[in-house]
Amino acid sequence: MRDEVIRRARGAVAALVLAGLVVAPWVVDDYTTAILARTLALALVGVSVALLTGVAGMPTLGQTAPYAAGAYACVVVGSRISDVGVVQLAVAAGAGAVLAALTVPLVVHARGVIVLMITLAIGELVVTILGRWRSVTGGTDGLAGMPAVRPFWGLPPLASDQARYLYTLVVVATLVGAALLLLRTRAGLLLRAGRDDETRLRASGHRVPLHVSGAHIAAGAIAGGAGSLLVVAQQYISPADFGFDTSALLLLGVVIGGTASIGGALVGAALVIAVRDWLFGVLPGHAPLVLGALFVATVYLLPSGVNRARVRLRASSAAPSHPQAPPARDAATVPELRA
Amino acid sequence: MNPLLSAEEVSVRYGSLTALAGVDLSIHEGQRHALIGPNGAGKTTLLDVIGGATKPQRGTVRFAGRDISRLGPAARARRGINRIHQRPAVFPTLTATENVVVAALPRVVPRRRWWSGGRRRTAQHRAGPLLERMGLADVAAVPAGHLAHGQRRQLEIAMALAGSPRLLLLDEPAAGLSANEVGRLVDLLRALPRAIAVLLVEHRLDLVYALSDTVTVLRDGQTLAAGTPDEIRTSPLVRQAYADGVA
Repeated sequence: MRDEVIRRARGAVAALVLAGLVVAPWVVDDYTTAILARTLALALVGVSVALLTGVAGMPTLGQTAPYAAGAYACVVVGSRISDVGVVQLAVAAGAGAVLAALTVPLVVHARGVIVLMITLAIGELVVTILGRWRSVTGGTDGLAGMPAVRPFWGLPPLASDQARYLYTLVVVATLVGAALLLLRTRAGLLLRAGRDDETRLRASGHRVPLHVSGAHIAAGAIAGGAGSLLVVAQQYISPADFGFDTSALLLLGVVIGGTASIGGALVGAALVIAVRDWLFGVLPGHAPLVLGALFVATVYLLPSGVNRARVRLRASSAAPSHPQAPPARDAATVPELRA
Repeated sequence: MNPLLSAEEVSVRYGSLTALAGVDLSIHEGQRHALIGPNGAGKTTLLDVIGGATKPQRGTVRFAGRDISRLGPAARARRGINRIHQRPAVFPTLTATENVVVAALPRVVPRRRWWSGGRRRTAQHRAGPLLERMGLADVAAVPAGHLAHGQRRQLEIAMALAGSPRLLLLDEPAAGLSANEVGRLVDLLRALPRAIAVLLVEHRLDLVYALSDTVTVLRDGQTLAAGTPDEIRTSPLVRQAYADGVA
């Protein structure tokens, strides 16, 4: 009964937030609408980070790599092949998935801090390539001047910030819904089981590397899709959009929101990006310092994130106490084994 | 009749320490076999070798007529070798039902199409009766991390059975259980389908004699004696080994 009430309350809050996001462009100015669209794109990358960090148990600093692959693939397709949004989205997601698949051998057998280091290196390598491959990426100057996107064949191009924002919102809501559905499937169950105890999962007969690889590729596809949204929202991309600071901010947002919660990660990532952009105006030059302090405080005070802390508080007020397992008996204490 | 499991000349060394030195073991379909011996005798190491957690330096392990020496734990589990660990190994954030479903999935043949969640639904149908049989129906929706030690042990048995095992490896299943819980455990293990072979490692000889058809005694990584519980109980060699204070 209590769980049902909580579930309904959460559903109501989610519906309210969604309604607020839908009406936002009619309430705020065009500049803020554009910022909101960009924030939504980044929050979607945050979802992919949460999928890997919280669900699959692979903390990552490298989701900016498939994000960048998706964004640049979208620009190439948008400039030369098609201005249709769903085509660009599919190509971007595919590019993100392919890049993630290529890096699977590097990450699939590593865990913990090692994954963090490997994914950081992959992210930095991709940024370096983007900066040097001038003929395709425009180098550090970036790429601009893409034709306006039309969401679907036969629809008009997205010519205003409002329209671009709403397109971004629809895609983000769809992909987040898809991610939530994925977590309810057998694959989601196995990922959560592997996060709990990988050795036990293997001992049950499951091919753990296969599940981890699948999660890595799915997260890459989501980040790639987010890349296409960044192009739509910002209409300009450069390697600076995919640097280490973006990776760190996303991880911070996901940690704040709760790594095991897709919704929490979405909100956390959006919050951190919004705070960063706000701090740029209020404390010019000091925004990274404030965010760094926030990161340390969050990890220290709320290691499982705001969302999990709330769940823990609820559980501690409701759950009965359970006896701890007594230690295993030693042979010498068993009378039958003594003479 | 060919044995279901045969381990031949299995040797395992950890640096200068010899854990197993040319041990042979064979178990037939439905046989209940126990491994006993003092601490450090190599019982758990032999279980690790059979389960695939440890690769022996020498020797082979055959299961159902096939050499499985090079297979890992996952591949062996899919062939029907399941293990119950000394400390109950469950997935703490998953509910009891989800734990059983996860354990059942690799050996489930779907009754429905994949797009209707066939394998998971079939596994879910298998989980309900198993939890009922283990006395865990009331806590089916509780995360395993919230269960008491004895309940986690029962859950692990349900998980092992969900994998449709042909051979069940039990590593000190009574460790840490109260007297009541041990009684319940014995009832549960006695009620296992007779087709399932069991290899039991246990320090409590009353449990060993109650549950097994045959017993092997290990000492210093070698086979000291093998026979029926009665033969082992009355074996002067075994009595002498324990009287020497090895245990």
